[in-house]
Amino acid sequence: MNTATTTDNAAHQEIVRKELFVDGYEVVIGIEIHCQLNTESKIFSSAPTDFGHEPNTQASIVDLGLPGVLPVLNSGVVDRALKFGIGVNAELGLFNTFDRKNYFYPDLPKGYQITQMANPIVGKGYIDVVVNEGDKNEYPKRMGITRAHLEEDAGKSVHDAVDGMTGVDLNRAGTPLIEIVSEPDMRSAHEALAYIKAIHQLVTWLGISDAIMAEGSFRCDCNVSVRKPGSELGTRTELKNLNSFRFIERAINREIERQIDIIEDGGKVIQATMLYDPERDETRTMRTKEDANDYRYFPDPDLLPVRIEQHTVDSIRAAMPELPVARRARFEEALGLSEYDARILTGSRPLADYFEDVVAEVGQQDAKMAANWVMGDLLGALNKDDKDIIDSPISAKQLAGMLARIKDDTLSGKLAKKVFSALYEREGGDADDAADKIIEEKGLKQETDTGAIKAIVEEVIAKNQAMVDEYRGGKEKAFNGLVGQVMKASRGSANPQQVNQILKELLG
Amino acid sequence: MSELHLLSTQQLITGLQDKQFSSAELTEHYIKRIDALDSKINSFITHTSETARAQAQAADEMRAQGDKRPLLGVPMAHKDIFCTQGVLTTCGSKMLHNFISPYDATIVTNIDKAGMISLGKLNMDEFAMGSDNESSHYGAVHNPWNLNHVPGGSSGGSAAAVAAGFVPVATASDTGGSIRQPASFCGLTGIKPTYGRISRFGMIAYASSLDQAGSMGRSAMDCAYLLQPMIGHDPRDATSIKHDMPDYVQDLNTAVTAAGDNAKPLEGLRIGVAKEYFTSGLDTEVEQAVRAALKQYEALGATIVEVNITDPEITLATYYMLAPAEASSNLSRFDGVRFGYRCENPTDLLDLYTRSRSEGFGPEVQRRILTGTYALSAGYFDAYYTKAQKVRRLIVKDFEDAFANCDVIASPTAPTAAYKLGEDLDPATMYLGDVYTIGVNLAGLPALSQPVGLTSNGLPIGLQLIGQYWQESKLLSTAHLFQQHTDHHLQHSTIAKETV
Repeated sequence: MNTATTTDNAAHQEIVRKELFVDGYEVVIGIEIHCQLNTESKIFSSAPTDFGHEPNTQASIVDLGLPGVLPVLNSGVVDRALKFGIGVNAELGLFNTFDRKNYFYPDLPKGYQITQMANPIVGKGYIDVVVNEGDKNEYPKRMGITRAHLEEDAGKSVHDAVDGMTGVDLNRAGTPLIEIVSEPDMRSAHEALAYIKAIHQLVTWLGISDAIMAEGSFRCDCNVSVRKPGSELGTRTELKNLNSFRFIERAINREIERQIDIIEDGGKVIQATMLYDPERDETRTMRTKEDANDYRYFPDPDLLPVRIEQHTVDSIRAAMPELPVARRARFEEALGLSEYDARILTGSRPLADYFEDVVAEVGQQDAKMAANWVMGDLLGALNKDDKDIIDSPISAKQLAGMLARIKDDTLSGKLAKKVFSALYEREGGDADDAADKIIEEKGLKQETDTGAIKAIVEEVIAKNQAMVDEYRGGKEKAFNGLVGQVMKASRGSANPQQVNQILKELLG
Repeated sequence: MSELHLLSTQQLITGLQDKQFSSAELTEHYIKRIDALDSKINSFITHTSETARAQAQAADEMRAQGDKRPLLGVPMAHKDIFCTQGVLTTCGSKMLHNFISPYDATIVTNIDKAGMISLGKLNMDEFAMGSDNESSHYGAVHNPWNLNHVPGGSSGGSAAAVAAGFVPVATASDTGGSIRQPASFCGLTGIKPTYGRISRFGMIAYASSLDQAGSMGRSAMDCAYLLQPMIGHDPRDATSIKHDMPDYVQDLNTAVTAAGDNAKPLEGLRIGVAKEYFTSGLDTEVEQAVRAALKQYEALGATIVEVNITDPEITLATYYMLAPAEASSNLSRFDGVRFGYRCENPTDLLDLYTRSRSEGFGPEVQRRILTGTYALSAGYFDAYYTKAQKVRRLIVKDFEDAFANCDVIASPTAPTAAYKLGEDLDPATMYLGDVYTIGVNLAGLPALSQPVGLTSNGLPIGLQLIGQYWQESKLLSTAHLFQQHTDHHLQHSTIAKETV
């Protein structure tokens, strides 16, 4: 993708143009992502941030906004936000202040949210994404990031717990968030999705967020407008709280259609906050600009400005992991993997780490073999069991131990599959040389002694004269039958290449 | 023992140490006085007599076992702005008429640890907004020097309780003069330390960048005793600052020792006097008493130097822009949802908010919330809030310039002595009463008020001393040396003279 030629680019532009213009309208999308940071305690209190507990059991007096309580900044959120800032190549805000955003809502205990309005921790940056990744019409694009700032999450209103009333659960109140604001750079739902996925991958890759959409730890608001190319920006609407990748794409497309329909009918789009109803597959107006709050932002007098020292930034920068884009390029260039393999193996940081741990053992020259086993057998088995790479029953060293036995011809491909299955069932225990133990215990060692194989081949030829005759009579298929018999007689242990070779020799 | 309540904190400590009386006896003496006389004053909102008796008994036992904490078993009381675990904490408001705090403010914990005994929670202007204690939901407080007069505010209950001889010392808080002005009106010494010196955790916020807790007593030494356990960095308050930890009582004693027999113990002290503090609104008797006190300071060796500070009218305007702005946000949490007052049968969410807040807050609080909301609104923010913050920096600068030529700045604490209850001043006139005290809060400086005489009607007059950052010891020592040679602080209110 980085090496696309000018011709390719032109072709892409054509695809882009085709995709991007909807009934002659250009789509403009800007995205705000609220991403919870995975500190153990909250942003301004010592209460735990665990998800899924009984209502109001994870809220301290500070989170409840009791009279007299004060916020104290959790320094863990600063480090995480800086990592993000470095990850999106941003100017970092070394002088941080916190502001109050004032509005009334039952799940907002203090009547204001502490956020960063004037001096955010992350300034202008960008992220490189691949749109339609994996499809033949994929293309790269750089998406601008306006800013990202720290703030506290609100609680939740629960509408179905108490009959006729709304319950308030303040467990989430005070959970640290980083709100990531993009430039209005997206021109289609696919571009929006590519951007969101890239941010999602980055924050999980950096280990700063669990980013589980279903739990609300990664929430997207999309600002959508349409215009005739070259004209002023159209009136935008904001699609709130989209909580799955699938809905994001559908919601944006429905909203684009709705706006175009309005304009085509001679109407005007009204600035509004919209909700997407997945069941009806339509967007609905939640509130219009007329009901908009005046948030009366002002600096929070309870929190002094936070100056971040350059050495703090330097040490965070030094400890930054290699980011997905760079790692993928390295997998392609240094390890000789295909673009496809490199993409799959950099799908998540634990997967890439696992793969590299295997390569570290077997050597770079066998990276392709390592890639095949990790992507094929291992991911296949894990997917079947709905497990993540971090739950893999086979450690990287164990897998590498098995690959070493393939390389030294102890194992044939077929035997290796058996050893793999045994490893997966943890029959070799925890030891790094589990593969060797399994080979030993199950007698799965490949037979490579030419004399021994020759003896078996001779025996098979003697017992299967009919097949031999067929082969000699020109029936090539019969040869495979003989190979099968040899493998069977050796209980699968004979080296297949040697079997082929010896069989050919003896049959003349 | 009928006059135990006229003893100084130092005398109480000595008396307890020498077993002249027990903490139980002392505590009982105060409770008896409160029970008999507070109906005239209304200084307490909540009494904690039973726990106080138990604590006093425990203190006596600890002392018998060798516990040497100086303040062990010495009674006091808290302004009702400080959260006290298991005890009603109202902040003077109907809004918190039912709020039993589930936690202690940091200063409450610290004073507890020092072994002091709390007799209850003291009346105050609602949410500390007021200068005469008439905005309290729990009724006005009467000045123990003359029951027809106000005690000042917002710490009117604290001042009245000490002046009435119900407690030797009391905690208080000061956002624009709320310690110093009532101390002045009630003939007491009261100190507001440097912003950041005392944790604000658990002190219900009025204007966070201005609020600071402090102590009130009859003398500078009384103030020093109570201030000591209150100070120190608190990890739960990001604006509490790590700084050296002075020993105030020791510093005051050292100052006296250093002065020795010198007839001019304040030799070398430069007292700045600003003409801006002696303007047209200043009552003649107050001016005379303050100038007389300055003469006494000169007689004790101090030199008076002229300094300039920001025009108090500008300071007043700045304060009444910033304090309500912060208050409007700080008081948003009182919404009827989680604690405190909730209106009857709300029809919907908006009705719940509107009526709970309209019914739960008094007029002065509502006025400041509205003023502050306006100042922060889109389109007005820069003209009001931002401009006021700029002026605030100039006020700080003016103080810094003034302190280049002096060690402390002296002024009247308030333009008048205590006025009559029920005068129903219009807000603007009432705000003028804060004209000399609010600059200190805007700059975050420490300041105290000390008594310097009485009006012809027998009402106390106060002198304010403003110090440089972190120099509470300097302020208290200065007032202490003055009090070693004068007797203004030894005058007692009418109620204090009553025996029960």
